[in-house]
Amino acid sequence: MSGAAWAQLGILMGALAMSTPLLGSYIAKVFGGGSAPGDRIFAPVERTVLRICRVDPDAEQRWGVYALSLLAFSAVSVLGLYLLQRVQGGLPVNPTGAGGVAPLLSFNTAASFVTNTNWQNYAGETTMAHLTQMAGLAVANFTSAAMGLGVAIALVRGLTRRESRTIGNFWVDILKGCLRVLLPVAFAGALVLVASGAVQNLSAGTPVTTLEGAEQVIPGGPVASQESIKVLGTNGGGFFNANSAHPFENPTPVTNVVQMFLILCLPFALAWAFGLMAGSRRQGAAVLAAMVLLWAGSSLIAPAMESRAPLLAASATVDVARGPDSAGGNMEGKELRFGPEASGLFVATTTGTSTGAVDASHDSLTPLGGMVPLVNMMLGEVSPGGVGSGLYGMLVFAILAVFIAGLMVGRTPEYLGKKIETAEMKLVVVYILIVPVVVLGFAAVAVLWGPARDSISNPGPHGLSQVVYAYTSAANNNGSAFAGLSGNTDWYNITLGLAMLAGRFLLMVPVLAIAGSLARKPVVPPTAGTFPTGTATFALLLVAVVLVVVGLTYFPVLSLGPVVEHLMS
Amino acid sequence: MQTVTEGPDPGPEQRSRTHAARTGRAARTLFDPTILRAAAVDSIRKLDPRTLARNPVILVVEAGSVVTTVLFARDLLAAAPSALFVGLITAWLWFTVLFANFAEAVAEGRGKAQAESLRATRKETTALRRTATGELEEVASSLLEVGDVVVVTAGELIPSDGDVVEGIATVDESAITGESAPVIREAGGDRSAVTGGTRVLSDEIVVSITARSGETFLDRMISLVEGAERQKTPNELALGILLSGLTLMFLLAVVTLQPFAVYSGAVGGSRISLTVLVALLVCLIPTTIGGLLSAIGIAGMDRLVQHNVLATSGRAVEAAGDVSTLLMDKTGTITYGNRQAAAFVAVDGVDVAELAEAACLASLADETPEGRSIVSLARGSYGVGDVGEPGAGVEFVAFTAQTRMSGCDFDGRSIRKGASDSIRRWVESNGGEFPHTLTDVVDGIARGGGTPLVVADGSRALGVVHLKDVLKEGMRERFAELSSMGIRTVMITGDNPLTAASIAAEAGVDDFLAEATPEDKMRLIKAEQAGGNLVAMTGDGTNDAPALAQADVGVAMNTGTQAAKEAANMVDLDSDPTKLIDVVAIGKQLLMTRGSLTTFSIANDIAKYFAIIPAMFAPIFPALASLDVMRLGSTESAILSAVIFNALVIVCLIPLALRGVRFRAAGAASVLRRNLLVYGVGGVVAPFVGIKAVDVVLSALGMS
Repeated sequence: MSGAAWAQLGILMGALAMSTPLLGSYIAKVFGGGSAPGDRIFAPVERTVLRICRVDPDAEQRWGVYALSLLAFSAVSVLGLYLLQRVQGGLPVNPTGAGGVAPLLSFNTAASFVTNTNWQNYAGETTMAHLTQMAGLAVANFTSAAMGLGVAIALVRGLTRRESRTIGNFWVDILKGCLRVLLPVAFAGALVLVASGAVQNLSAGTPVTTLEGAEQVIPGGPVASQESIKVLGTNGGGFFNANSAHPFENPTPVTNVVQMFLILCLPFALAWAFGLMAGSRRQGAAVLAAMVLLWAGSSLIAPAMESRAPLLAASATVDVARGPDSAGGNMEGKELRFGPEASGLFVATTTGTSTGAVDASHDSLTPLGGMVPLVNMMLGEVSPGGVGSGLYGMLVFAILAVFIAGLMVGRTPEYLGKKIETAEMKLVVVYILIVPVVVLGFAAVAVLWGPARDSISNPGPHGLSQVVYAYTSAANNNGSAFAGLSGNTDWYNITLGLAMLAGRFLLMVPVLAIAGSLARKPVVPPTAGTFPTGTATFALLLVAVVLVVVGLTYFPVLSLGPVVEHLMS
Repeated sequence: MQTVTEGPDPGPEQRSRTHAARTGRAARTLFDPTILRAAAVDSIRKLDPRTLARNPVILVVEAGSVVTTVLFARDLLAAAPSALFVGLITAWLWFTVLFANFAEAVAEGRGKAQAESLRATRKETTALRRTATGELEEVASSLLEVGDVVVVTAGELIPSDGDVVEGIATVDESAITGESAPVIREAGGDRSAVTGGTRVLSDEIVVSITARSGETFLDRMISLVEGAERQKTPNELALGILLSGLTLMFLLAVVTLQPFAVYSGAVGGSRISLTVLVALLVCLIPTTIGGLLSAIGIAGMDRLVQHNVLATSGRAVEAAGDVSTLLMDKTGTITYGNRQAAAFVAVDGVDVAELAEAACLASLADETPEGRSIVSLARGSYGVGDVGEPGAGVEFVAFTAQTRMSGCDFDGRSIRKGASDSIRRWVESNGGEFPHTLTDVVDGIARGGGTPLVVADGSRALGVVHLKDVLKEGMRERFAELSSMGIRTVMITGDNPLTAASIAAEAGVDDFLAEATPEDKMRLIKAEQAGGNLVAMTGDGTNDAPALAQADVGVAMNTGTQAAKEAANMVDLDSDPTKLIDVVAIGKQLLMTRGSLTTFSIANDIAKYFAIIPAMFAPIFPALASLDVMRLGSTESAILSAVIFNALVIVCLIPLALRGVRFRAAGAASVLRRNLLVYGVGGVVAPFVGIKAVDVVLSALGMS
């Protein structure tokens, strides 16, 4: 990697090293029940909102009620977002004159944004009205991230409470998540982006005559505000079709690093907050270390693959050498201002989290470089994963790791003093199985069934990668696309929409059930005989379990897709 | 704790060896040929899908075997060239099922053999029942009801379990315990329980029957060692769910592989044969742990039986591994049953030899263990000769509650020993003076946890005999081991806190409960449990029963009362309370074995993918051959090698499953690192080597 790439990685890691404890302890205080910084500003607002909504902030919910609240809120959100898209043509704040969105595409998009996936079967600048972007999609960006945050916090409560029947209050959690965590950071992020050149207006676009004399409309819109929450909430749905590759969304290499920081800051901070809420920084550090290891691994492989581009280098028709006027490496589908390495880093970051924002075309990555985002998503978005979903995904893996290896110390498995028994294992198995069932099931049909198969642009292994990528991205709520696949068809709009809903809610409900089941248990005090979960050994074990469980599930399909593509070319 | 035989404890290791030698019951080696033969037959019987339904992983293998058998028959009829390959795969898939069944059958076989020898002792007898009018009638013992009262005289078998309500007798309980020395059973107190099938050797007792025929201790013991009522333990159930989940996941991966292959084949080749898909599935699903899981559980129970402990359920064995607090009675567990003389301390210029002689004389007629220990200390370490043999004008004075002294009048001397205040009164009444130095010595010994006995000769106070609790050998080390495993030990004693603290410090236990009543013990257990701890304890008396029932692991002594044995979830036939420590170790070893083999089984899959996937897709994508890191002979031999390795590894691990992984008392962190290295990393590496080795053999046989 070049010096510039190392510098970007170094700055990013340095900034994260500072933000993780700060944000982490802030989040722990916000959800800890005691007083928190900013109470003077936020508490009155919260009280007012909750009073209007007739929610008693002190009334905690059992896991089932928490889950029902979450599902009800999401159902209303999907419906609202669907209707807003359908009728946007007749609503104000629509300077571009966008018409109503087609029914299946509206469903797909509504499901996509409410599930924090932000898969986009449309081009934002031509399909969505400014009002839909601001009042619909951006709002869903906030609430879907806050929902993930709430579920993660509920699971942490389940792990740390003793013999409690309740795991918190959904309405309070989602409100606090939006108001106290997401809004302030997103606001600051938006200011940085505007200052760096991202646009923020309600313009219908500026007609210009190009140097060649052609007429062109330069689009405008409330971009920076949506861009900030797009990355902070690990949503990833771009204002424009080109997403973070667009200069109005992500103008400079500096904003590229800022975006990566915003993507990563909350997922990492949540692991820290987990440690504080569990009363043991070591516990949080072990989970954090596992996340960092997985993220760092993919963040080193992807840039290396894109800058060395071994297959291109061997072909002798392309010059991949870095020179004074060339970034070198695989430049297909890359922005010149980012180059192969910063793009590779962004690829690893956006897919290691459930963001799915893209600043390069993933379809054009080298085969192994393209396998990085695919594997990152297959891991279940735990490296470090989405806002909340990363932490609860990793904690489910931690429970699995404790169960498999915990017996080896001669005690029935326990995590943070909570015995892991039949009830939890059933839920963990459901959690682990849902996504592979959705991904492999839909993909198997899609590669055989004619109409679905017609969406594939490249036949052979690359086409298989396209299909598997689409379902993996949808079911893991990432939302990035391998492109090359025409997704706006009835089959894909429906199945990808279902995959997104299943991948979000069929995982959140078991997680909440685990939280409820664990909360009821007493805590076994740790002794020298307790399986140690706050150690480097455990962090490594956790990484191994994630890799082995996921690897065993997807090894065959990966070897028929990117691996064979790499070997054959 | 009342054990009939007293003396130094040989330690559980030695005890179980001597026990084994006595009875020949436990002396069977791991692989007794008779057991193996029976197990081989059983493993075929267990092919019944209704039996296999208990084990979903192996059931899937059997289903796969049936499928390939059909394919093989079809190929044979069509004389297809693939018949040999399909036939070999089919054979090895069946072997996989048989090997898994065999593992379970061997584990069960050991229990069955023991049950047989127990059953031989159960004979149909008649009993003498006392009717309401007090007359005796003969009745078949199988017709006895609970509450019937029977009379058993010397030479007769006790017809059923019961409590002695009248009389005292010596009983031969070797049928149950393997211990040939007779034990005493008497009405009242904690030695009243008798067991059906044991023989009265002397005297006559009247027994109130507490168990109906078929529900006696012997019957329960038979069904326990036979494993007839074996139910899956909570952890086995949870692990079973994980294994089923993994099986489903691999089923999904393999089933969807065909569409992907067909899609890929449209570009360059054909579809995958069903035989190969079944082979891949069987290799991936966790057959190793699936096949050995129940054998591990049965073997764990069996290891307890080898230690002469009967557990009423596998759940109790698992709980033993989780125990974090051990309650140990001081007397009989940590120390020998009685205090022993440790030293003579003379005062005010008295010669120690004179004190020793006086103490010896005063104790000659004292048949309590303390008295005997004074005599042997005086004769052994202080060279006191044969003084005051009975008959030589020695008049013994026995201990009475009034005087609280004992001793003898001899040659005009009046020698007494007793508690400090009694002797002071005696000395002062004889016109003597009780020296201050003596008071200091007495106080010093009491503060140190010992018991001072003052010896006086008429008006002269000679000195003090220092009686103290003697720790059983090796207990300090065992407590250190327990503490390294994170288990807290609490000593329970009726002593005052001062004495208790001193013994606790000497033994190295973590805590003690002094002046303990049964209620205190119960309160302690509940408090520990409220703090999330799992508690294990031993007990034998009826007043121990509630605590035994409350404890997570309660081990009753076989010599104890019926109530205690029913409340407990384990019974120690040797009535050795220190065995609680072994019980914990066995529980831990059982869980470790299960975890290690699970980890090994899952880690194995990586190599199998590298063997099968390249071979499978070689026709479609020859480029995938570079994934074949083992450089296996051919497509067929690669797949066959993986299947054969998968089957053989079950057989190779049967001894480990039955014996348990190596157990070392150490902290969880170091145990985890070691086992992760051996079974995790080893589990990744071993199949690469193993599959390659099988492939080399196959190639040598011309199979590739």
